[in-house]
Amino acid sequence: MECSEADSTAASFKAFLQKSSSRSDRNLYDHLVLLLVKIMDERPHDAVDVLEDMSLELKRALFKDRQSSLREHVTPSAGDMLAEHQLLLFKQEQDFNHEDPTVETGFPNVNETAFYLEQAGVGLGREETQRILLALKLLVESQGLPRCRLWGKILGTESSYIIAEAEYAEGDGEQSADEDLQEEEEEEESGTQESETDPVPRSTYTHPPMVPKEAVGTGANRCFYFVCTEPGLPWVKLPPVSPAQITAARSICKAFTGRLDSPVLSYPPFPGNEANYLRAQIARISAGTQVSPSGFYQAVEEEGEEEEETGRDQCQVNPEFEGVSSFEMAQSLSSWVHHIQHILKQGRCTWVNPAMKVEDDSIEEAEAGEKDERPDEPEPEYGPPLLTNLSQDAELFHTPPWSLRLSSTITPQHAVAVLRSNLWPGAFAFSNGKRFENIYVGWGLKYTGQGYSPCVPPPPQQEYPSGPEVTEMVDPSVEEEEEMRMALEEQQEVQQESEEEEEDEEDDN
Amino acid sequence: MFYKLIKLFEDLKNTLKMDSNSLPHFLDVVASSGSVLNLEERTALQTSLVILKKNYKFQRVLFWGKILGLQQDYFVAQGRGEDEMRDRKSLYSLNCLDWLLLPSVTDAMVEEVSKAAQGRFTGDPSFVYELQVSKQEERVFKVTEEKRLAVTVHQIDEEASVVPRGAFIRSPSGPVQINRSFSGLSESEAKRLENFMHFRESKDLPREKQQKAEWTPAIDFLDVLSEDIPKGSWSLQLECASRVCVLRSLLWLGLTFYHVPMTPQHGYVYIGLGMKNLDLPFML
Repeated sequence: MECSEADSTAASFKAFLQKSSSRSDRNLYDHLVLLLVKIMDERPHDAVDVLEDMSLELKRALFKDRQSSLREHVTPSAGDMLAEHQLLLFKQEQDFNHEDPTVETGFPNVNETAFYLEQAGVGLGREETQRILLALKLLVESQGLPRCRLWGKILGTESSYIIAEAEYAEGDGEQSADEDLQEEEEEEESGTQESETDPVPRSTYTHPPMVPKEAVGTGANRCFYFVCTEPGLPWVKLPPVSPAQITAARSICKAFTGRLDSPVLSYPPFPGNEANYLRAQIARISAGTQVSPSGFYQAVEEEGEEEEETGRDQCQVNPEFEGVSSFEMAQSLSSWVHHIQHILKQGRCTWVNPAMKVEDDSIEEAEAGEKDERPDEPEPEYGPPLLTNLSQDAELFHTPPWSLRLSSTITPQHAVAVLRSNLWPGAFAFSNGKRFENIYVGWGLKYTGQGYSPCVPPPPQQEYPSGPEVTEMVDPSVEEEEEMRMALEEQQEVQQESEEEEEDEEDDN
Repeated sequence: MFYKLIKLFEDLKNTLKMDSNSLPHFLDVVASSGSVLNLEERTALQTSLVILKKNYKFQRVLFWGKILGLQQDYFVAQGRGEDEMRDRKSLYSLNCLDWLLLPSVTDAMVEEVSKAAQGRFTGDPSFVYELQVSKQEERVFKVTEEKRLAVTVHQIDEEASVVPRGAFIRSPSGPVQINRSFSGLSESEAKRLENFMHFRESKDLPREKQQKAEWTPAIDFLDVLSEDIPKGSWSLQLECASRVCVLRSLLWLGLTFYHVPMTPQHGYVYIGLGMKNLDLPFML
């Protein structure tokens, strides 16, 4: 056994010697052979001292003229192409000189935010932040957005997403064609063909009524999002989110791959691809973790406003906000409030009875004469109103939902208040007097406590209504059959006798 | 010629997992995972790690990472002795200044922690996790958070530590040492998961490893990352305008490894919740 081990090491070392050099076509094995052959032929004096010179001479003799008339074709690597894209970030538009630099521009001062966030322990590195700032500037200029904000970064297995948030300008009602497609899918019924012998059983399954999407600019679709994998690459706009996608995203736990068009394979099946899944997670994270100091936003005041409990869906910046010191902000959770609407169990921010649509259909079908079951009236869902403070957030898995502290214990005079979410690891908020900001840097998944357990598939449905034709009955035993046969025979005899009597009577008459 | 020597020497000084000399550069590179240390913590670390090295007589002191707790965070540092693999000691601190030695991990401790400790780290090292096995038995499993921290650090090192191939050498007499002539993986090598290895006592069978033509026992004594189960639990990306190769673990979310190809710089850090990601099979 030792021999074979020594043999294999010898063989692998010989293979190593015969490996060609990356710079020339030679390898060490051949060179050593040639050197030894040369020494054998020439037999120099003091061969060991002139060994290096002989080796160099040998190499020089083998030198081939590598110059050819063809130019080398260099394929650009991924790094080169990315560098080209990122060079565009640094170019200015030509009419920059005409713009007034003191006018407020749409893109945020990300570097300033990054400075405070670094004290909170979250950030992306200074160079990366600078690149993101330039990319946001390009975005604002190319799309003409009034305002945008860095929402954060979601890490993926192959690449990551950098996400920017922008609000719709007023009067920007886009109609998505997706809604029509979804309705068409909902109405597909199993086609039945009635054969002449037996009718094929009809499926009595009806899809549960689809919850309508929220209009663009309201609720979960209040803002729209742009995504890019590296700053410098073009920004892609994410489609608006639908309640079905939010409810599906709540029951799955999938990592992002980094490609927007990759499918999301999961159970329950997710209606859409990774772009939709990303948008749904962004909506959930925003609704759960975007907070601001209490008093920064105030309720929109309108005349003749209804009860506040029906859910305000907008709030505006309070111009009289004077700022709260970070020391006070770090003391208790009640000095922070949510300023994004909570998403209800239905998947929307404002509750809509999905049965309302079905009622119109059922009236038509009643006229056609088909029976239709009225679904049970669903109960309306209520969520916490806007601007509720954080001390009312529910605890999950025995963990408090937020961790609050000052960024520094040694110099609390200049520290910022840092709020960390425990339900969505990676969501941070900081506040320093008048400034505050939210950011999310993480994998885009909610904290699942002991572990995620997927939901169970629903029980199989009844295939057919039970009735006497399909109910199983026990076969009669031999005695019972005998009895029935005897009874039948008696009946037949009785019948025959009565018939004969009638014939006799007729004959007599 | 001399220039090259000097540069090589400086590179060697800056190598490796979060040496206290190269702390700022390292943190900048790893920041792409989202977590950074703030300036106060960084400067405190630079000072206290030097003192730690002198007091404990370590060869090298490395910043291992940070485990986030509900009220406070734990900073963990690791000191290395002569043998990089066996002479490892981990220390923890709540404020980057006062360091306490973590107890060494035994199998009994691992079992206790796996039974009793649940949920997030609280941030109080003397907090006791209790688990009553059942209502009939009076046995209660108790474990302190300090032990849980020690076991977590040990488990992360076992399952998710990463070094590039060739960075460490095992000499024939046994001790594992830094390879002074490691010049970094090439760009093409850095894109392949087979060139990264776990820094732990090898668990694979030896005969499975002799498959490559360049297999050398001095270098290839560690387990390769591409043999990890489940496949896909490592995310390999090129970041910082494709100059740095970053590996992120999906099994322990928060572990980030970086390596700059063609230089001997590499290192890993763990900044996270300190909980194993049991949802990994669902996520892939």
